[in-house]
Amino acid sequence: MSEPEKPKGAFAEAVSAVLRDKPAAACLAFLGVSVLLCFLAPIIAPFAHDEQNLALACSAPSATHWFGTDMLGRDILSRVLYGGRISYAVGLLATAVAMLIGVSYGMVSGMAGGRTDALMMRFVDIVYSLPFTIFVILLTLAFGRSLWLIFAAIGAVEWLTMARIVRGITLDLKSRQFVEAAVALGQTKTRIMLRHILPNALGSILVCAALTVPSVMLLESFLSFLGLGVQAPLPSWGTLVKDGAEYMEDAPWMLVFPALFFSLTLYALNRVGESLSRGVGR
Amino acid sequence: MIRYFLKRLAEALPVFLAIITAVFFMVRFVPGGPFDGERPVSPETLAALDKYYGLDKPLAEQYFVFLKNLARGELGPSYKYGGWSVNEILAEKAAVSLKLGACALLVALALGLLSGFAAAAFSKSKIGAAISGFSLLGICLPSFVLGPILILAFALRLDLFNAMGWNAPSDIVLPSITLALFYAAWIARLVRNGVLDESERGYVRTAYAKGLSPLRVYSVHISRNAIQPAVSYLGPAAAAMMTGSFVVETIFQIPGLGRFFISSALDNDYTMIMGCVMLYSAFIIIFNLISDFLLALINPRIAKEMSK
Repeated sequence: MSEPEKPKGAFAEAVSAVLRDKPAAACLAFLGVSVLLCFLAPIIAPFAHDEQNLALACSAPSATHWFGTDMLGRDILSRVLYGGRISYAVGLLATAVAMLIGVSYGMVSGMAGGRTDALMMRFVDIVYSLPFTIFVILLTLAFGRSLWLIFAAIGAVEWLTMARIVRGITLDLKSRQFVEAAVALGQTKTRIMLRHILPNALGSILVCAALTVPSVMLLESFLSFLGLGVQAPLPSWGTLVKDGAEYMEDAPWMLVFPALFFSLTLYALNRVGESLSRGVGR
Repeated sequence: MIRYFLKRLAEALPVFLAIITAVFFMVRFVPGGPFDGERPVSPETLAALDKYYGLDKPLAEQYFVFLKNLARGELGPSYKYGGWSVNEILAEKAAVSLKLGACALLVALALGLLSGFAAAAFSKSKIGAAISGFSLLGICLPSFVLGPILILAFALRLDLFNAMGWNAPSDIVLPSITLALFYAAWIARLVRNGVLDESERGYVRTAYAKGLSPLRVYSVHISRNAIQPAVSYLGPAAAAMMTGSFVVETIFQIPGLGRFFISSALDNDYTMIMGCVMLYSAFIIIFNLISDFLLALINPRIAKEMSK
Protein backbone atom coordinates (compact mmCIF):
# COMPACT_ATOMS: atom_id res chain seq x y z
CA MET A 1 0.00 0.00 0.00
CA SER A 2 3.05 2.22 -0.09
CA GLU A 3 3.21 2.75 -3.86
CA PRO A 4 2.37 6.38 -4.54
CA GLU A 5 1.30 5.69 -8.14
CA LYS A 6 -1.58 3.50 -7.01
CA PRO A 7 -4.72 5.64 -7.17
CA LYS A 8 -7.38 5.42 -4.47
CA GLY A 9 -8.58 1.92 -5.01
CA ALA A 10 -8.51 0.63 -1.47
CA PHE A 11 -12.20 -0.17 -1.50
CA ALA A 12 -12.25 -1.98 -4.85
CA GLU A 13 -9.04 -3.78 -3.91
CA ALA A 14 -10.50 -5.02 -0.64
CA VAL A 15 -13.77 -6.14 -2.21
CA SER A 16 -12.06 -8.08 -4.97
CA ALA A 17 -9.84 -9.74 -2.35
CA VAL A 18 -12.95 -10.97 -0.56
CA LEU A 19 -14.56 -12.19 -3.79
CA ARG A 20 -11.44 -14.19 -4.68
CA ASP A 21 -11.56 -15.90 -1.27
CA LYS A 22 -14.36 -18.42 -1.90
CA PRO A 23 -15.48 -19.16 1.71
CA ALA A 24 -15.44 -15.45 2.50
CA ALA A 25 -17.48 -14.71 -0.61
CA ALA A 26 -20.00 -17.31 0.53
CA CYS A 27 -20.14 -15.60 3.92
CA LEU A 28 -20.68 -12.25 2.21
CA ALA A 29 -23.54 -13.73 0.19
CA PHE A 30 -25.06 -15.17 3.36
CA LEU A 31 -24.84 -11.78 5.03
CA GLY A 32 -26.40 -10.05 2.04
CA VAL A 33 -29.33 -12.43 1.92
CA SER A 34 -29.93 -12.38 5.68
CA VAL A 35 -29.77 -8.57 5.86
CA LEU A 36 -32.29 -8.41 3.03
CA LEU A 37 -34.61 -10.94 4.69
CA CYS A 38 -34.42 -9.23 8.06
CA PHE A 39 -35.11 -5.78 6.68
CA LEU A 40 -38.02 -7.10 4.65
CA ALA A 41 -39.41 -8.74 7.81
CA PRO A 42 -42.65 -6.69 7.87
CA ILE A 43 -43.43 -7.98 4.38
CA ILE A 44 -42.19 -11.56 4.42
CA ALA A 45 -42.54 -12.62 8.05
CA PRO A 46 -45.50 -15.00 8.39
CA PHE A 47 -46.64 -13.40 11.67
CA ALA A 48 -46.19 -10.12 13.52
CA HIS A 49 -43.35 -10.18 16.06
CA ASP A 50 -45.74 -9.68 18.98
CA GLU A 51 -48.69 -11.74 17.77
CA GLN A 52 -49.53 -14.14 20.60
CA ASN A 53 -51.38 -17.41 20.42
CA LEU A 54 -51.35 -18.83 23.92
CA ALA A 55 -53.08 -22.04 22.80
CA LEU A 56 -49.95 -22.88 20.80
CA ALA A 57 -47.39 -21.82 23.45
CA CYS A 58 -44.07 -23.66 23.22
CA SER A 59 -45.11 -25.82 20.28
CA ALA A 60 -42.46 -27.61 18.24
CA PRO A 61 -41.58 -26.61 14.66
CA SER A 62 -44.45 -27.36 12.28
CA ALA A 63 -45.75 -26.43 8.83
CA THR A 64 -47.30 -23.16 10.06
CA HIS A 65 -44.56 -22.30 12.54
CA TRP A 66 -41.33 -23.40 10.86
CA PHE A 67 -39.16 -22.65 13.88
CA GLY A 68 -41.84 -23.42 16.47
CA THR A 69 -43.34 -20.94 18.92
CA ASP A 70 -42.19 -19.41 22.22
CA MET A 71 -43.74 -19.39 25.68
CA LEU A 72 -46.42 -16.91 24.57
CA GLY A 73 -47.15 -18.71 21.33
CA ARG A 74 -45.30 -16.19 19.18
CA ASP A 75 -43.80 -17.42 15.93
CA ILE A 76 -40.02 -17.88 16.35
CA LEU A 77 -39.22 -17.45 12.66
CA SER A 78 -40.92 -14.06 12.58
CA ARG A 79 -39.22 -13.05 15.80
CA VAL A 80 -35.83 -14.11 14.48
CA LEU A 81 -36.40 -11.97 11.38
CA TYR A 82 -37.58 -8.93 13.35
CA GLY A 83 -34.82 -9.47 15.89
CA GLY A 84 -32.27 -9.57 13.12
CA ARG A 85 -33.55 -6.24 11.90
CA ILE A 86 -32.71 -4.69 15.24
CA SER A 87 -29.42 -6.51 15.70
CA TYR A 88 -28.25 -5.50 12.22
CA ALA A 89 -29.49 -1.94 12.63
CA VAL A 90 -27.62 -1.59 15.92
CA GLY A 91 -24.54 -3.23 14.43
CA LEU A 92 -24.40 -1.05 11.34
CA LEU A 93 -25.47 2.27 12.84
CA ALA A 94 -23.29 2.00 15.94
CA THR A 95 -20.36 1.06 13.74
CA ALA A 96 -21.03 4.08 11.55
CA VAL A 97 -21.09 6.31 14.63
CA ALA A 98 -17.92 4.72 15.97
CA MET A 99 -16.19 5.13 12.60
CA LEU A 100 -17.18 8.76 12.25
CA ILE A 101 -15.94 9.68 15.72
CA GLY A 102 -12.91 7.41 15.67
CA VAL A 103 -11.63 8.40 12.25
CA SER A 104 -11.95 12.14 12.79
CA TYR A 105 -10.57 11.96 16.32
CA GLY A 106 -7.64 9.77 15.36
CA MET A 107 -6.78 11.79 12.28
CA VAL A 108 -6.92 15.13 14.11
CA SER A 109 -4.86 13.74 16.97
CA GLY A 110 -2.20 12.28 14.68
CA MET A 111 -2.11 15.38 12.52
CA ALA A 112 -1.81 17.75 15.47
CA GLY A 113 1.01 15.75 17.04
CA GLY A 114 3.01 16.86 20.06
CA ARG A 115 1.25 17.82 23.24
CA THR A 116 -2.25 17.91 21.76
CA ASP A 117 -1.78 14.39 20.44
CA ALA A 118 -0.53 13.13 23.81
CA LEU A 119 -3.46 14.75 25.59
CA MET A 120 -6.04 13.41 23.16
CA MET A 121 -4.64 9.90 23.40
CA ARG A 122 -4.55 10.08 27.19
CA PHE A 123 -8.29 10.79 27.06
CA VAL A 124 -8.73 7.63 24.98
CA ASP A 125 -6.76 5.67 27.58
CA ILE A 126 -9.03 6.94 30.32
CA VAL A 127 -12.24 5.99 28.55
CA TYR A 128 -10.67 2.63 27.73
CA SER A 129 -10.18 1.90 31.41
CA LEU A 130 -13.74 2.86 32.33
CA PRO A 131 -15.87 -0.19 33.04
CA PHE A 132 -18.23 -0.21 30.09
CA THR A 133 -21.31 -1.59 31.84
CA ILE A 134 -21.46 1.15 34.45
CA PHE A 135 -21.30 3.69 31.68
CA VAL A 136 -24.28 2.18 29.89
CA ILE A 137 -26.35 1.80 33.04
CA LEU A 138 -25.75 5.41 34.00
CA LEU A 139 -26.71 6.52 30.50
CA THR A 140 -29.91 4.46 30.70
CA LEU A 141 -30.78 5.99 34.05
CA ALA A 142 -30.17 9.50 32.82
CA PHE A 143 -31.98 9.27 29.49
CA GLY A 144 -34.38 6.36 29.88
CA ARG A 145 -34.14 3.14 27.94
CA SER A 146 -34.33 3.53 24.21
CA LEU A 147 -32.84 2.04 21.12
CA TRP A 148 -31.01 5.27 20.33
CA LEU A 149 -29.26 5.12 23.62
CA ILE A 150 -27.85 1.71 22.76
CA PHE A 151 -26.43 3.13 19.54
CA ALA A 152 -24.92 6.04 21.41
CA ALA A 153 -23.50 3.96 24.24
CA ILE A 154 -21.96 1.33 22.02
CA GLY A 155 -20.70 3.89 19.53
CA ALA A 156 -19.16 5.80 22.41
CA VAL A 157 -17.09 2.78 23.38
CA GLU A 158 -16.22 1.29 20.03
CA TRP A 159 -14.70 4.43 18.52
CA LEU A 160 -11.65 4.11 20.75
CA THR A 161 -10.00 1.29 18.83
CA MET A 162 -10.69 3.06 15.55
CA ALA A 163 -9.18 6.28 16.87
CA ARG A 164 -5.98 4.49 17.92
CA ILE A 165 -5.58 2.76 14.59
CA VAL A 166 -6.26 5.86 12.50
CA ARG A 167 -3.92 7.93 14.64
CA GLY A 168 -1.15 5.42 14.10
CA ILE A 169 -1.64 5.48 10.35
CA THR A 170 -1.80 9.27 10.29
CA LEU A 171 1.47 9.52 12.20
CA ASP A 172 3.04 7.14 9.73
CA LEU A 173 1.69 8.88 6.63
CA LYS A 174 2.52 12.34 7.94
CA SER A 175 6.21 11.67 7.56
CA ARG A 176 5.86 10.48 3.95
CA GLN A 177 7.09 12.64 1.11
CA PHE A 178 3.77 13.20 -0.58
CA VAL A 179 2.37 14.72 2.57
CA GLU A 180 5.48 16.81 3.06
CA ALA A 181 5.04 17.98 -0.53
CA ALA A 182 1.46 18.95 0.17
CA VAL A 183 2.59 20.88 3.23
CA ALA A 184 5.26 22.62 1.17
CA LEU A 185 2.62 23.57 -1.38
CA GLY A 186 0.81 25.37 1.39
CA GLN A 187 -2.27 23.16 1.54
CA THR A 188 -4.41 23.48 4.64
CA LYS A 189 -4.38 20.78 7.27
CA THR A 190 -8.03 19.95 6.61
CA ARG A 191 -7.31 19.44 2.92
CA ILE A 192 -4.29 17.27 3.65
CA MET A 193 -6.34 15.11 6.00
CA LEU A 194 -9.22 14.67 3.59
CA ARG A 195 -7.27 14.40 0.32
CA HIS A 196 -4.07 12.65 1.31
CA ILE A 197 -4.38 10.89 4.65
CA LEU A 198 -7.95 9.58 4.51
CA PRO A 199 -7.75 7.81 1.12
CA ASN A 200 -4.57 6.04 2.20
CA ALA A 201 -6.05 4.98 5.50
CA LEU A 202 -9.28 3.75 3.94
CA GLY A 203 -8.21 0.09 3.69
CA SER A 204 -7.40 -0.20 7.38
CA ILE A 205 -10.51 1.72 8.32
CA LEU A 206 -12.60 -0.69 6.29
CA VAL A 207 -11.05 -3.70 8.00
CA CYS A 208 -11.57 -2.21 11.43
CA ALA A 209 -15.18 -1.35 10.58
CA ALA A 210 -15.87 -4.85 9.30
CA LEU A 211 -14.59 -6.33 12.56
CA THR A 212 -16.42 -3.74 14.65
CA VAL A 213 -19.85 -4.80 13.37
CA PRO A 214 -19.79 -8.27 14.99
CA SER A 215 -18.39 -6.96 18.25
CA VAL A 216 -21.11 -4.31 18.36
CA MET A 217 -23.78 -6.94 17.74
CA LEU A 218 -22.27 -9.02 20.52
CA LEU A 219 -22.32 -6.04 22.88
CA GLU A 220 -25.94 -5.31 22.05
CA SER A 221 -26.89 -8.89 22.79
CA PHE A 222 -25.04 -8.76 26.11
CA LEU A 223 -26.90 -5.61 27.08
CA SER A 224 -30.21 -7.15 26.04
CA PHE A 225 -29.34 -10.28 27.99
CA LEU A 226 -28.78 -8.20 31.11
CA GLY A 227 -32.10 -6.45 30.52
CA LEU A 228 -30.45 -3.14 29.64
CA GLY A 229 -30.91 -3.28 25.90
CA VAL A 230 -33.91 -3.72 23.64
CA GLN A 231 -37.12 -3.81 25.66
CA ALA A 232 -39.89 -6.40 25.24
CA PRO A 233 -41.94 -7.13 23.20
CA LEU A 234 -39.43 -5.92 20.62
CA PRO A 235 -37.05 -8.81 19.97
CA SER A 236 -33.33 -8.71 19.30
CA TRP A 237 -31.17 -11.78 18.87
CA GLY A 238 -29.83 -11.23 22.37
CA THR A 239 -33.24 -11.28 24.03
CA LEU A 240 -34.36 -14.23 21.90
CA VAL A 241 -31.36 -16.28 23.01
CA LYS A 242 -31.97 -15.25 26.58
CA ASP A 243 -35.60 -16.40 26.47
CA GLY A 244 -34.50 -19.56 24.71
CA ALA A 245 -31.97 -20.37 27.41
CA GLU A 246 -34.68 -20.20 30.05
CA TYR A 247 -36.85 -22.72 28.26
CA MET A 248 -34.15 -24.88 26.69
CA GLU A 249 -35.22 -28.08 28.43
CA ASP A 250 -38.83 -28.00 27.32
CA ALA A 251 -38.55 -26.07 24.07
CA PRO A 252 -35.00 -26.37 22.69
CA TRP A 253 -36.05 -24.77 19.36
CA MET A 254 -36.46 -21.50 21.22
CA LEU A 255 -32.72 -21.51 21.87
CA VAL A 256 -31.45 -23.34 18.81
CA PHE A 257 -32.81 -21.19 15.97
CA PRO A 258 -31.97 -17.71 17.27
CA ALA A 259 -28.57 -18.92 18.54
CA LEU A 260 -27.84 -20.56 15.19
CA PHE A 261 -28.65 -17.40 13.23
CA PHE A 262 -26.74 -15.21 15.62
CA SER A 263 -23.65 -17.42 15.62
CA LEU A 264 -23.70 -17.87 11.84
CA THR A 265 -23.91 -14.12 11.36
CA LEU A 266 -21.06 -13.49 13.77
CA TYR A 267 -19.02 -16.15 12.02
CA ALA A 268 -19.69 -14.69 8.58
CA LEU A 269 -18.86 -11.16 9.67
CA ASN A 270 -15.61 -12.25 11.29
CA ARG A 271 -14.68 -14.36 8.29
CA VAL A 272 -15.28 -11.50 5.85
CA GLY A 273 -13.36 -9.11 8.09
CA GLU A 274 -10.41 -11.50 8.22
CA SER A 275 -10.43 -11.88 4.46
CA LEU A 276 -10.59 -8.11 4.03
CA SER A 277 -7.62 -7.59 6.32
CA ARG A 278 -5.59 -10.10 4.30
CA GLY A 279 -6.63 -8.34 1.10
CA VAL A 280 -5.57 -4.97 2.44
CA GLY A 281 -2.30 -6.52 3.57
CA ARG A 282 -2.51 -5.73 7.20
CA MET B 1 13.74 -0.39 30.42
CA ILE B 2 13.30 0.59 34.07
CA ARG B 3 12.66 4.16 32.98
CA TYR B 4 9.88 2.90 30.73
CA PHE B 5 8.30 0.90 33.56
CA LEU B 6 8.39 3.86 35.92
CA LYS B 7 6.98 6.17 33.28
CA ARG B 8 4.08 3.85 32.58
CA LEU B 9 3.41 3.42 36.30
CA ALA B 10 3.41 7.17 36.83
CA GLU B 11 0.96 7.58 33.97
CA ALA B 12 -1.48 5.08 35.43
CA LEU B 13 -2.30 6.97 38.61
CA PRO B 14 -3.77 10.12 36.97
CA VAL B 15 -5.85 7.89 34.70
CA PHE B 16 -7.27 6.15 37.74
CA LEU B 17 -8.02 9.45 39.46
CA ALA B 18 -9.67 10.83 36.34
CA ILE B 19 -11.92 7.80 36.11
CA ILE B 20 -13.12 7.87 39.69
CA THR B 21 -13.66 11.63 39.49
CA ALA B 22 -15.67 11.30 36.29
CA VAL B 23 -17.81 8.49 37.68
CA PHE B 24 -18.28 10.29 41.01
CA PHE B 25 -19.88 13.24 39.28
CA MET B 26 -21.67 11.17 36.65
CA VAL B 27 -23.60 9.12 39.22
CA ARG B 28 -24.68 12.27 41.02
CA PHE B 29 -25.97 13.96 37.89
CA VAL B 30 -28.22 11.03 37.13
CA PRO B 31 -31.77 11.82 38.30
CA GLY B 32 -32.91 10.04 41.44
CA GLY B 33 -31.12 9.30 44.67
CA PRO B 34 -30.21 6.21 46.67
CA PHE B 35 -33.30 6.42 48.91
CA ASP B 36 -36.17 6.79 46.47
CA GLY B 37 -36.76 3.11 45.94
CA GLU B 38 -40.02 1.25 45.68
CA ARG B 39 -41.26 2.39 49.11
CA PRO B 40 -41.99 6.12 49.19
CA VAL B 41 -40.11 7.86 51.99
CA SER B 42 -41.42 11.00 53.66
CA PRO B 43 -39.49 14.19 52.89
CA GLU B 44 -38.40 14.50 56.52
CA THR B 45 -36.95 11.00 56.60
CA LEU B 46 -35.25 11.65 53.29
CA ALA B 47 -33.70 14.84 54.60
CA ALA B 48 -32.57 13.01 57.73
CA LEU B 49 -31.05 10.21 55.66
CA ASP B 50 -29.30 12.68 53.37
CA LYS B 51 -27.97 14.49 56.41
CA TYR B 52 -26.84 11.28 58.08
CA TYR B 53 -24.86 10.19 55.02
CA GLY B 54 -23.64 13.71 54.26
CA LEU B 55 -25.52 13.92 50.99
CA ASP B 56 -26.93 17.35 51.85
CA LYS B 57 -23.50 18.95 51.62
CA PRO B 58 -22.34 20.70 48.44
CA LEU B 59 -21.04 18.36 45.76
CA ALA B 60 -17.47 19.62 45.95
CA GLU B 61 -17.36 18.99 49.70
CA GLN B 62 -18.78 15.49 49.22
CA TYR B 63 -16.06 14.82 46.67
CA PHE B 64 -13.29 15.85 49.02
CA VAL B 65 -14.75 13.80 51.85
CA PHE B 66 -14.85 10.86 49.45
CA LEU B 67 -11.19 11.37 48.49
CA LYS B 68 -10.16 11.72 52.13
CA ASN B 69 -11.93 8.49 53.06
CA LEU B 70 -10.47 6.78 50.02
CA ALA B 71 -6.96 7.70 51.11
CA ARG B 72 -7.66 5.83 54.35
CA GLY B 73 -9.03 2.86 52.41
CA GLU B 74 -12.54 3.59 53.67
CA LEU B 75 -15.28 3.29 51.06
CA GLY B 76 -18.21 4.09 53.31
CA PRO B 77 -21.48 2.33 54.12
CA SER B 78 -23.67 0.86 51.40
CA TYR B 79 -26.92 2.82 51.12
CA LYS B 80 -28.96 -0.18 49.99
CA TYR B 81 -27.59 -3.01 52.05
CA GLY B 82 -28.12 -1.55 55.49
CA GLY B 83 -25.48 -2.41 58.05
CA TRP B 84 -22.92 -3.46 55.43
CA SER B 85 -19.95 -1.36 54.48
CA VAL B 86 -18.80 -1.36 50.88
CA ASN B 87 -15.44 -2.72 52.02
CA GLU B 88 -17.14 -5.78 53.50
CA ILE B 89 -19.29 -6.46 50.44
CA LEU B 90 -16.36 -6.04 48.09
CA ALA B 91 -14.13 -8.31 50.16
CA GLU B 92 -16.70 -11.06 50.25
CA LYS B 93 -18.17 -10.92 46.74
CA ALA B 94 -15.10 -9.88 44.80
CA ALA B 95 -13.22 -12.94 46.07
CA VAL B 96 -15.72 -15.16 44.26
CA SER B 97 -15.58 -13.17 41.02
CA LEU B 98 -11.80 -13.02 41.08
CA LYS B 99 -11.46 -16.74 41.68
CA LEU B 100 -13.70 -17.39 38.71
CA GLY B 101 -11.81 -14.85 36.60
CA ALA B 102 -8.41 -16.28 37.51
CA CYS B 103 -9.54 -19.79 36.66
CA ALA B 104 -10.96 -18.62 33.34
CA LEU B 105 -7.72 -16.79 32.59
CA LEU B 106 -5.71 -19.98 33.09
CA VAL B 107 -8.09 -21.96 30.90
CA ALA B 108 -8.01 -19.30 28.18
CA LEU B 109 -4.22 -19.14 28.23
CA ALA B 110 -3.67 -22.88 28.17
CA LEU B 111 -6.30 -23.56 25.53
CA GLY B 112 -5.47 -20.51 23.42
CA LEU B 113 -1.71 -20.96 23.30
CA LEU B 114 -1.91 -24.69 22.74
CA SER B 115 -4.44 -24.57 19.93
CA GLY B 116 -2.83 -21.49 18.39
CA PHE B 117 0.56 -23.13 18.09
CA ALA B 118 -1.00 -26.42 17.02
CA ALA B 119 -3.07 -24.72 14.31
CA ALA B 120 0.07 -23.04 12.97
CA ALA B 121 2.22 -26.16 13.15
CA PHE B 122 -0.35 -28.19 11.19
CA SER B 123 -1.45 -25.27 9.03
CA LYS B 124 -0.94 -27.24 5.81
CA SER B 125 -3.10 -30.17 6.85
CA LYS B 126 -6.73 -30.78 7.73
CA ILE B 127 -5.89 -30.82 11.46
CA GLY B 128 -4.82 -27.19 11.36
CA ALA B 129 -7.92 -26.15 9.48
CA ALA B 130 -10.06 -28.05 11.97
CA ILE B 131 -8.40 -26.33 14.92
CA SER B 132 -8.77 -22.89 13.31
CA GLY B 133 -12.39 -23.55 12.49
CA PHE B 134 -12.99 -24.68 16.05
CA SER B 135 -11.40 -21.57 17.50
CA LEU B 136 -13.49 -19.33 15.25
CA LEU B 137 -16.48 -21.13 16.71
CA GLY B 138 -15.44 -19.89 20.14
CA ILE B 139 -15.64 -16.31 18.93
CA CYS B 140 -19.12 -16.83 17.52
CA LEU B 141 -20.63 -18.48 20.59
CA PRO B 142 -21.41 -15.76 23.14
CA SER B 143 -21.19 -16.90 26.74
CA PHE B 144 -24.96 -16.72 27.18
CA VAL B 145 -25.33 -19.26 24.38
CA LEU B 146 -22.45 -21.46 25.45
CA GLY B 147 -23.38 -21.50 29.14
CA PRO B 148 -26.88 -22.97 28.71
CA ILE B 149 -25.55 -25.50 26.18
CA LEU B 150 -22.86 -26.67 28.61
CA ILE B 151 -25.40 -26.91 31.42
CA LEU B 152 -27.74 -28.90 29.21
CA ALA B 153 -25.02 -31.29 28.09
CA PHE B 154 -22.79 -31.78 31.14
CA ALA B 155 -25.11 -31.07 34.06
CA LEU B 156 -28.60 -32.11 33.00
CA ARG B 157 -27.86 -34.92 30.53
CA LEU B 158 -24.53 -36.38 31.69
CA ASP B 159 -24.95 -35.30 35.32
CA LEU B 160 -21.21 -34.63 35.74
CA PHE B 161 -21.58 -31.25 37.41
CA ASN B 162 -24.15 -29.24 39.32
CA ALA B 163 -26.18 -27.10 36.95
CA MET B 164 -25.93 -24.01 39.14
CA GLY B 165 -24.68 -22.70 42.42
CA TRP B 166 -21.35 -22.21 44.10
CA ASN B 167 -20.93 -24.90 46.73
CA ALA B 168 -18.88 -27.85 45.51
CA PRO B 169 -15.30 -27.28 44.30
CA SER B 170 -16.28 -28.64 40.88
CA ASP B 171 -18.82 -25.84 40.49
CA ILE B 172 -16.09 -23.67 39.06
CA VAL B 173 -15.47 -25.86 36.00
CA LEU B 174 -18.39 -25.01 33.71
CA PRO B 175 -18.46 -21.27 34.48
CA SER B 176 -14.73 -20.89 33.85
CA ILE B 177 -14.96 -22.72 30.54
CA THR B 178 -17.94 -20.59 29.53
CA LEU B 179 -16.08 -17.42 30.41
CA ALA B 180 -12.76 -18.51 28.92
CA LEU B 181 -13.68 -19.91 25.53
CA PHE B 182 -14.20 -16.60 23.75
CA TYR B 183 -10.81 -15.30 24.89
CA ALA B 184 -9.12 -18.62 24.24
CA ALA B 185 -10.38 -18.41 20.68
CA TRP B 186 -8.97 -14.91 20.19
CA ILE B 187 -5.62 -15.87 21.68
CA ALA B 188 -5.48 -18.94 19.44
CA ARG B 189 -6.14 -16.86 16.33
CA LEU B 190 -3.60 -14.21 17.26
CA VAL B 191 -0.94 -16.82 18.02
CA ARG B 192 -1.66 -18.77 14.85
CA ASN B 193 -1.53 -15.70 12.61
CA GLY B 194 1.57 -14.48 14.42
CA VAL B 195 3.42 -17.76 13.91
CA LEU B 196 2.41 -17.98 10.25
CA ASP B 197 3.49 -14.38 9.57
CA GLU B 198 6.81 -14.84 11.31
CA SER B 199 7.69 -18.18 9.72
CA GLU B 200 7.97 -16.47 6.33
CA ARG B 201 10.61 -14.07 7.59
CA GLY B 202 14.24 -14.21 6.51
CA TYR B 203 15.64 -14.95 9.95
CA VAL B 204 13.62 -18.15 10.10
CA ARG B 205 15.03 -19.35 6.80
CA THR B 206 18.52 -18.52 8.08
CA ALA B 207 17.88 -20.51 11.23
CA TYR B 208 16.79 -23.52 9.17
CA ALA B 209 19.79 -23.07 6.86
CA LYS B 210 22.09 -23.30 9.87
CA GLY B 211 20.64 -26.76 10.37
CA LEU B 212 18.58 -26.09 13.50
CA SER B 213 15.76 -28.46 14.27
CA PRO B 214 12.19 -27.23 13.62
CA LEU B 215 11.46 -27.54 17.32
CA ARG B 216 14.30 -25.17 18.18
CA VAL B 217 13.37 -22.72 15.45
CA TYR B 218 9.79 -22.63 16.71
CA SER B 219 10.48 -22.45 20.41
CA VAL B 220 13.44 -20.07 20.37
CA HIS B 221 13.20 -17.99 17.21
CA ILE B 222 9.60 -17.76 16.08
CA SER B 223 7.58 -17.91 19.27
CA ARG B 224 9.13 -14.86 20.84
CA ASN B 225 8.05 -12.64 17.96
CA ALA B 226 4.86 -14.45 17.14
CA ILE B 227 3.43 -14.17 20.61
CA GLN B 228 3.51 -10.38 20.76
CA PRO B 229 0.00 -9.65 19.40
CA ALA B 230 -1.40 -12.19 21.83
CA VAL B 231 0.47 -10.61 24.74
CA SER B 232 -0.90 -7.16 23.99
CA TYR B 233 -4.37 -8.66 23.78
CA LEU B 234 -3.85 -10.41 27.11
CA GLY B 235 -4.18 -7.25 29.20
CA PRO B 236 -7.66 -6.26 28.07
CA ALA B 237 -8.69 -9.93 27.97
CA ALA B 238 -7.58 -10.65 31.53
CA ALA B 239 -9.28 -7.52 32.78
CA ALA B 240 -12.44 -8.46 30.94
CA MET B 241 -12.45 -11.94 32.45
CA MET B 242 -11.86 -10.58 35.95
CA THR B 243 -14.54 -7.94 35.65
CA GLY B 244 -16.89 -9.09 32.92
CA SER B 245 -18.36 -12.13 34.52
CA PHE B 246 -21.85 -10.72 35.15
CA VAL B 247 -23.41 -12.78 32.43
CA VAL B 248 -21.74 -15.99 33.52
CA GLU B 249 -22.59 -15.28 37.15
CA THR B 250 -26.21 -14.77 36.14
CA ILE B 251 -26.39 -18.00 34.15
CA PHE B 252 -24.77 -20.15 36.81
CA GLN B 253 -26.22 -18.21 39.75
CA ILE B 254 -22.86 -17.52 41.33
CA PRO B 255 -22.82 -15.08 44.27
CA GLY B 256 -20.15 -12.83 42.76
CA LEU B 257 -19.77 -9.10 42.46
CA GLY B 258 -21.50 -8.78 39.08
CA ARG B 259 -25.01 -8.68 40.47
CA PHE B 260 -24.07 -6.07 43.06
CA PHE B 261 -22.39 -3.97 40.44
CA ILE B 262 -25.46 -3.80 38.21
CA SER B 263 -28.01 -3.41 40.98
CA SER B 264 -25.93 -0.73 42.71
CA ALA B 265 -25.97 1.35 39.55
CA LEU B 266 -29.70 0.80 39.04
CA ASP B 267 -30.37 1.78 42.67
CA ASN B 268 -28.09 4.83 42.75
CA ASP B 269 -26.16 3.23 45.60
CA TYR B 270 -23.37 5.82 45.26
CA THR B 271 -20.78 4.31 47.57
CA MET B 272 -21.26 0.82 46.15
CA ILE B 273 -20.96 2.09 42.55
CA MET B 274 -17.74 3.87 43.42
CA GLY B 275 -16.37 0.77 45.11
CA CYS B 276 -17.13 -1.46 42.12
CA VAL B 277 -15.88 1.07 39.58
CA MET B 278 -12.64 1.54 41.49
CA LEU B 279 -12.04 -2.17 41.76
CA TYR B 280 -12.85 -2.81 38.11
CA SER B 281 -10.88 0.10 36.69
CA ALA B 282 -7.94 -0.78 38.91
CA PHE B 283 -7.99 -4.24 37.37
CA ILE B 284 -8.24 -2.90 33.85
CA ILE B 285 -5.32 -0.55 34.43
CA ILE B 286 -3.16 -3.10 36.24
CA PHE B 287 -3.65 -5.81 33.62
CA ASN B 288 -2.93 -3.40 30.81
CA LEU B 289 0.26 -2.40 32.62
CA ILE B 290 1.30 -6.02 33.08
CA SER B 291 0.60 -6.66 29.43
CA ASP B 292 2.72 -3.67 28.39
CA PHE B 293 5.55 -4.72 30.68
CA LEU B 294 5.56 -8.26 29.33
CA LEU B 295 5.59 -6.88 25.82
CA ALA B 296 8.56 -4.68 26.66
CA LEU B 297 10.42 -7.64 28.16
CA ILE B 298 9.81 -9.71 25.05
CA ASN B 299 10.60 -6.88 22.66
CA PRO B 300 12.95 -4.31 24.24
CA ARG B 301 12.59 -2.06 21.19
CA ILE B 302 9.12 -1.10 22.38
CA ALA B 303 10.42 0.20 25.69
CA LYS B 304 13.13 2.15 23.89
CA GLU B 305 10.67 3.65 21.45
CA MET B 306 8.15 4.61 24.11
CA SER B 307 10.51 6.15 26.67
CA LYS B 308 11.97 8.59 24.15
